[in-house]
Amino acid sequence: MQSTILKTATNYLLPLLLMFAVFILLRGHYESGGGFVGGLIASIAFVLHSFAYGLDQTKILLKYPPITFIPVGLLVSFSAGIMPMFLGQPFMTGLWSENPLPVLGVVGTALLFDIGVFIVVIGVTLTILFTISESIE
Amino acid sequence: MILAVLAGFIAAFLLAFLGKFFKGRLSVLLGLLPLSIFNYFLYFFPYITEGETLTFSYQWIPSLGINLDFRLDGLSMLFVMLITGIGALVFFYAAAYLQGHKYIDRFYAYLSLFMGSMLGLVLADNILLIFVFWELTSVSSFFLIGFNNDNAESRKSALLAFAITGCGGFFLLASFVLIGSTVDTFSIESMRLAADLLKRDELNYVLILAFLFIGAFSKSAQFPFHFWLPGAMKAPTPISAYLHSATMVKAGVYLLARFAPILGNHVYWNTTLTIVGGFTMIYAAFHSIFRKDMKSILAYSTISALGILVFLIGLGTQFSIVALSAFILVHALYKASLFLITGIVDHETGTRDIDQLGGLRKWFPLVALAGMLAALSNAGVPLTIGFIGKDLIYEATQHLYGNLSYILTGLAVLTNVFLLYAGFITGIKPFAGSIPEHLTKGPHHATLSPLMWIPPLLLGVAGILFGVLPAIPNNLLISHAANSVYGSTLSIPLKLWHGFNVTLMLSAGTLLAGLLLYFKFRPQAMSAATEYWSHKISPQGITEWVGVQTRLLAYNYTRLMQNGFLRTYVMTIAVFIIALIGYRFFSTVDLRVNTSNFTEIRFFEFISFTIMVIAIMVAVLTNSRLTAIVSISIIGYTICLIFVYYGAPDLAMTQFTIDTLTVVLFVLVLFRLPQYLNEANLKIKLRDGFISLMFGTLISLITLQALISPANKQISRFYADNAYLLAKGKNVVNVILVDFRGADTMVEIMVLTIAALGVYSLLKLNAKPTDRD
Repeated sequence: MQSTILKTATNYLLPLLLMFAVFILLRGHYESGGGFVGGLIASIAFVLHSFAYGLDQTKILLKYPPITFIPVGLLVSFSAGIMPMFLGQPFMTGLWSENPLPVLGVVGTALLFDIGVFIVVIGVTLTILFTISESIE
Repeated sequence: MILAVLAGFIAAFLLAFLGKFFKGRLSVLLGLLPLSIFNYFLYFFPYITEGETLTFSYQWIPSLGINLDFRLDGLSMLFVMLITGIGALVFFYAAAYLQGHKYIDRFYAYLSLFMGSMLGLVLADNILLIFVFWELTSVSSFFLIGFNNDNAESRKSALLAFAITGCGGFFLLASFVLIGSTVDTFSIESMRLAADLLKRDELNYVLILAFLFIGAFSKSAQFPFHFWLPGAMKAPTPISAYLHSATMVKAGVYLLARFAPILGNHVYWNTTLTIVGGFTMIYAAFHSIFRKDMKSILAYSTISALGILVFLIGLGTQFSIVALSAFILVHALYKASLFLITGIVDHETGTRDIDQLGGLRKWFPLVALAGMLAALSNAGVPLTIGFIGKDLIYEATQHLYGNLSYILTGLAVLTNVFLLYAGFITGIKPFAGSIPEHLTKGPHHATLSPLMWIPPLLLGVAGILFGVLPAIPNNLLISHAANSVYGSTLSIPLKLWHGFNVTLMLSAGTLLAGLLLYFKFRPQAMSAATEYWSHKISPQGITEWVGVQTRLLAYNYTRLMQNGFLRTYVMTIAVFIIALIGYRFFSTVDLRVNTSNFTEIRFFEFISFTIMVIAIMVAVLTNSRLTAIVSISIIGYTICLIFVYYGAPDLAMTQFTIDTLTVVLFVLVLFRLPQYLNEANLKIKLRDGFISLMFGTLISLITLQALISPANKQISRFYADNAYLLAKGKNVVNVILVDFRGADTMVEIMVLTIAALGVYSLLKLNAKPTDRD
């Protein structure tokens, strides 16, 4: 199933979809969105790429096997949770930067937590899909 | 103190990594661990002999009232000495016994683990702590019994022992929880003051006792839970000597002795323990004389000895408590020695059958001496500590009132006659007479490692030394242990000579009868039919039957409920929900539908529903899988639209992406599935349709009902009000996910991880068919 149209479209769609996924992730705190949906959209982007170019190409694009994303994401989320404990506050207390950053605005541990969720969701979805599609070949 | 208790655990942990260094000759060094703990506790003797009680407290989980509180009194000291003293001997002995064994490092790790647990058990003051260590002894015992894990019998015995003691553990926990909630403390020390409170409510007291007894009896192998102990003899002999005669099986006795001043002195307590202990001691002693395997004989005589101990706790008099403390020491000394000797015999000749053995004194004169000393102490010959122990038991039974005294004394004498036989047959018989021919032919090791013959000899000599000078063990251990069990100071000195009285005559009678039995009686093999039936109706047979039936039930249940067809699972779930929720719904809720505040159906809603209904019809009626999948995804996307109409954009977005991925997944899996076959006939279709209709109707009714039920808006209002104030977010849904209920999300992504790992390991790490066996 190699289609030139799909390949060409993917070349443009993949970065767009990934940007959209990050956008959804970042706007989550004020508008609809969040790490979970963002992660799913990013996964769809990669799945699209694998349809167009084949699984092996997607794996090269990802550089690391999707299963390695999972512990990274868990670690990011968990570190967002324990960060306040170093300041003597209970687990999962939200911390916020005093001054707004450019583009992002005021960031806090909640965002870090959501980024962790984002990464875990990509890892989980791609692991499941890739494993199943590989087992068919 | 805490280091002494935890040393065993630390050693076990370290052995997991450093084990390979101790596989060779260095394994002897591990014996220094129990030896140093033994020496450490010797330091506390001056305090114990003063009648003091030492307490050590370490914080662990203060919010639950669980602290690492340790208490060292006379009773604990007696057990600590046995655990570390005999432990040291067994550690050294095993170094020679298992020399060159492939897994000797593992063996020592289990053994250290066990020693640590046992020390914790006898030193803990907090009953929950006792429970933790209690279970740890069961677990380490399981590993040790199943040490020869390539032997099916060994594995079966380990499981059986673990099942029995594990079940007992559950009951023990129930009893401890009841005790704790009654007196509002988990500390044994504080419970002593509240002893009356425990006996106030009779039902409560009976339950506490029943659960405690089941726990203690299962551990200490009392009838009808005794049968795991002979099976446990599958363990290497040093283990049998250490766990299954000298220490672990006495944990139940320790527990009863520990609780005697708290729960004892009540008619239920005394009667139950006397009957169970009395029956066990005579039953097991009688059984022991029909065995031919040395370890089997010792196993039954151990059960009998444990029966005697429980019986003595049950009597609860001053004499019986002193007898209890003395007999714990006596029994540990001679029984461990006999086991170690059995190990030597087995190791050197390759058999434990008493009919095949004889004359070994020519090869191993020192072992023969040790065997004789142990057998004599076991028999209660004067000048051994066994004599003192047995005298005390007779004194205890004679000092009761009324006819009961005669019956119980008779019972004790009879038990001791059988035990004497068992001791002689294992301690003297293999060494007496001439060496049978078949043994001289076979290969044998003429030189025996001193690590093997010194421990039993040491124990035998200790038996004589303590027998000649009974003041030593009495002043150091026995009297203080008895005081802790009795609850107040006793003054019954241990004497070698009581004068010519009834007790002495009973002792002499026991000796004579026992010797007669030894010289005249030889067990006959049981006929196959008798053996079959006696096994079938024995507690062991019944337990095994229950085990088999349980497995059969589980098998059939699994076949019925989880037959591997997804459609059956879905149907089972649906039917179950219909039955359960439907019953609850129609039996309690007054069904009303209020249509007055329904909004008009809007045009685009109508369109969406029409699309959905058509998609459903297509999905149900189609003959192609692909068509069905596409129609189902259309339903999913339409639901997304409905979410959008009703102001749930987050939900719609998630549903949309999930649906997309589901379709991808379906398409991927599609290639793996067999050709589409329509197996359903009309009957099945009608049945499935009926269930679906019922399910849909139920959900609709519940939804309608939910509309008019007053909802508690307090929680959602809190989130809506505080999302920005507390968490600086305007999207309430997301704020709940990442902030208010962030810990939930954390766990949810872990669940996702587990799902991914599950798929990955099922498909990727799937063993090749050739690797499976």
